[in-house]
Amino acid sequence: MRSLPRALLRTYSVLLLFIGLKAAGNLSLAWGMTHLTAEASANPLFYLRAMLDPFVALGVVLLIVALLARMVLLSVADLSFVLPVTAVGYVLAALLGKAVLHEVVTRQRWLGIFLIFGGAALVSFTRQKTTDTGETSK
Amino acid sequence: MKWFLVGVMVTATVLSDLLQSFEMKRAGEQSVGARGFIRLLKIIAHRRFLILAIVCMAFSFFSFMALVQVEPLSFAVPASAASYILETVLAKLVLREQIGMQRAAGALIVLAGVALLGG
Repeated sequence: MRSLPRALLRTYSVLLLFIGLKAAGNLSLAWGMTHLTAEASANPLFYLRAMLDPFVALGVVLLIVALLARMVLLSVADLSFVLPVTAVGYVLAALLGKAVLHEVVTRQRWLGIFLIFGGAALVSFTRQKTTDTGETSK
Repeated sequence: MKWFLVGVMVTATVLSDLLQSFEMKRAGEQSVGARGFIRLLKIIAHRRFLILAIVCMAFSFFSFMALVQVEPLSFAVPASAASYILETVLAKLVLREQIGMQRAAGALIVLAGVALLGG
C-alpha cells in the first residue's frame, strides 16, 4: 500500500506536468496563430491550414499530451478538485503572455491572478479523492 | 450568435469533463510516461464514453475559437469559466463527489479570479 505523501507527490507531479504542457501548448498555438491572417470562423479549412504552421502543430501536440496528463490526473483525483487547482494555468498563461508576447497585465488581472491562487490553495488543502470506483487499479 | 457559441462551448466542456472523470475513475489510477500514455491510449480506444468526451472537447475547442473571432477574449474567458460552477454541482450530483464548504468556497474564488482575468 502506498503512503499518503507519495500519492500526494504523484498527484502534484502530474498536476505540474499538465499545467506546464498546457501553458507551453497555448503559447505555441498563440504564437503560430498571430502569423496567420484572420478568416471566417465558419470555414473549417482555415483551421486545417493553420495546422501546417510549425508553431500551431507543436502547440497541438503539446495540448494532446496535456490532455493525456489531465486524464491521468482525473484517475487519481476528483473532478471538483482538478478544476480549481488547474486554473493556476490561467495565471501561468497571463505571465507568459506578458513575458513572451508582451501583453499588458492590468491591475484587475493581477487581482484575478491573486484570487485564482487563493482559491486553488484553498481547494488543494481538501482531500484529492472522495470516491473510490476504480475497477482496474495499476 | 455569441450566446449560441457560449452555450455550445459550456455544454460540450461540461459533458466532456464529466464523461472523462467518470471513465477515469472506473479505469483506476493511471501513470504518466511513455508506457502510461500507451496504456491510456488503449483505454481511450476501448471506452466509448472517453471517445465521446474527446468529440465534445473538439466541439468546445472550435466553439471557443469561433467565439474569440466574433467577441473579445475579455468576454470569452469569463464565459468559458461558467462551466466551473455547473461542473462542480454535477460532480456532486452525478459523480457523487464530496464537496465541502472549503472546496466550494475555493471553486467560487477561482471563478471570480478567472472572470477578473478575462476583463
